Amino acid sequence: MKILIKNGRMIDPANQIDAIQDILVENGIITSVAAAINTEAEDIIDASGLLITPGLVDIHTHLRDPGQEYKEDIISGTRAAAAGGITSLACMPNTSPVNDSLAITKYIIAKAKEEGSANVFPIACISKGMKGEVLAEMGELKEGGCVGFSDDGVPVSNGELMRRAFEYADTFAMPIISHAEDLSLVGTGCMNEGSVATELGLKGIPWVAEDAATAREIMLAEFTGGRLHVCHVSTKGSVDLVRQGKARGVRVSCEATPHHFTLTDEAVRGYNTNAKMNPPLRSQEDVDAIHAGLADGTIDAIATDHAPHHYDEKNVEFAAAMNGIIGLESLLPLSLKLVEDGVVNMNQVISLLTDRPARIIGIDRGTLSVGAVADITLIDPQLEWEFALEGLHSKSKNTPFSGWKMKGAAVRTLLAGKTVFERSL
Amino acid sequence: MPFNPKHILSIKSLTAEEINFILNTADSFKEINTRQIKKVPTLRGKTIVNLFFEASTRTRTSFEIAGKRLSADTVNISASSSSVVKGETLEDTAQNIEAMHPDIIVMRHSASGACDYLAERLNCSVINAGDGTHEHPSQALLDAFTIRQHKGEIKGLTVTIAGDIAHSRVVRSNIYCLNKLGAKVKIAGPRTMLPPGLEKLGCEVHHNLKDAITDADCIMMLRIQRERQGKTLIPSLREYSRFFGLNDNNLQLAKDDAIVLHPGPMNRGVEISSSVADGKQNVILDQVENGVAVRMALLYLVAGGEKLQDS
Repeated sequence: MKILIKNGRMIDPANQIDAIQDILVENGIITSVAAAINTEAEDIIDASGLLITPGLVDIHTHLRDPGQEYKEDIISGTRAAAAGGITSLACMPNTSPVNDSLAITKYIIAKAKEEGSANVFPIACISKGMKGEVLAEMGELKEGGCVGFSDDGVPVSNGELMRRAFEYADTFAMPIISHAEDLSLVGTGCMNEGSVATELGLKGIPWVAEDAATAREIMLAEFTGGRLHVCHVSTKGSVDLVRQGKARGVRVSCEATPHHFTLTDEAVRGYNTNAKMNPPLRSQEDVDAIHAGLADGTIDAIATDHAPHHYDEKNVEFAAAMNGIIGLESLLPLSLKLVEDGVVNMNQVISLLTDRPARIIGIDRGTLSVGAVADITLIDPQLEWEFALEGLHSKSKNTPFSGWKMKGAAVRTLLAGKTVFERSL
Repeated sequence: MPFNPKHILSIKSLTAEEINFILNTADSFKEINTRQIKKVPTLRGKTIVNLFFEASTRTRTSFEIAGKRLSADTVNISASSSSVVKGETLEDTAQNIEAMHPDIIVMRHSASGACDYLAERLNCSVINAGDGTHEHPSQALLDAFTIRQHKGEIKGLTVTIAGDIAHSRVVRSNIYCLNKLGAKVKIAGPRTMLPPGLEKLGCEVHHNLKDAITDADCIMMLRIQRERQGKTLIPSLREYSRFFGLNDNNLQLAKDDAIVLHPGPMNRGVEISSSVADGKQNVILDQVENGVAVRMALLYLVAGGEKLQDS
């Protein structure tokens, strides 16, 4: 099976290519990239006016499978990913049961392979049962296909265990992925601590809850020589700490989510439970700092923290609502908005969505090199559309972006050369 | 100016004119409470449900008496006797009550925003009787009513509010209310009990009670919940009382004719000494008395106000 993609603007940051190029795909592999390829092909795609990019890579999602399939499952989640232009995603281990075993890891990978519309790379627990007591069997989990270790929403508070986690994971050349938060400082807080929380009478989560934990993780990575990836930085302090850590040579990377660089805690007004997530939406100063971190390279990746929840879990009093929002289908337009707003250029944003996140989890995706698997996304950067709940592929609809006017969308997504999504225009 | 709001959810959303209209309406109801026969037929045939998800004696009783004196049928539901313990959601509980066609639901709830949540989802009127640490509008209105009664006018007064500001719904409503009516508001408490950005609500923030009450016209002391003792916010009630309690000594720093308010329930010897609580400057029981008149006004206006009298 031959596919020829012609006349598109190919952006492949890994190879520093940004040019009109044709791409030939044979049997799911990219076999040729050149200014003009003239050959017979079963499928010839005219990509005039479109961007041709590596399939997007989202290293922070919650697929809720196994155990919470009423929110999302591997089939619906990867379908939403494909619709968002994402071909590879990493899924967090806080399923039910949690992913701290080869059995769960194998289940996820097998189901994704058989029925999924995207590559799924599991992230396994740091500690058994995500209890923060004993290390999970990291060696075997890596053999099974896991790409990193994280206790995500229930961060390891025990400093000694975290030290050993860095050392042990590094034994297998694996990163520790940290949701950096000091839970004693979070307490029962449910939004950013600040004047909006004071006005709404909601208990706040102070920035120091994140910064203090981020500082500890960076110090531990520095001390052990292990590799750290910091999830969803939401504060100015976290961005600064990562920047300083990198300058000292610490092996640290970090990601930012579209909601943290698009919205502030003002979005909570009206007790909007779809603006409730952890870490919470912060102040404009924090948003500005994240923009600066994206622009200067401190932030390595844009990730969604796609966190589907059922309507009933959000249709409650604010303090009682679950944390998190869906993000797979709003990732691309909100990221492209950074280009529109002059925060980063097109090459930077595509890199933040492809080769740089791929490097963090050590997968051979996120590039259009000859010989690479043909995970390719065709993007119409000018397409204007409304983000309507009815059109979403995720099982859950918990998003603060409902009704937003978006610009830019994936029009076709190829997974190993197979079209897994095509936008009806 | 006719003022017949569908709901009373917050003071923040009211104008000074609307607040004064409520207070003036309460003035005309106050007299009923001292009659031999304390009942008028104004809300006959109306059903009011007092839906209380948190313990409350004063506010619930006050709303109940207010409704009964206006001849409405009042029903009290408290969380312990409701379906909440069986796991029913707030929306379902409220919809079940609404299916029985009440005209007004008066709600107290531990979650900030719970009354807004209800008002968005129901057709009947909702009156906020305290939501989490957000607002307690009827309390602020009865406080303003009491201050007006003793001081004639609120404009130009200095009102000091002291105590656990972070956990107080009373304080937020009072800051809005007093600001709108032209008073200057000073807030005092230990830093652990002062949330960030408080000054943006319209007040001066002090960490020293003496500074805050110097030359004040009105002093409002907030309850310190005993369960906070020995947790992280204050070391002990003893120490709190020493630095933030109102007593005969520091009260002298206020104006000679200053009045002392407390939304209750009081912790004598903690935030307020007995001699002040029972002293000649206290208006604490006036607040309770006025609470009934103010709540009669709220029920009356929400139920349709003057249109009712015509029918």
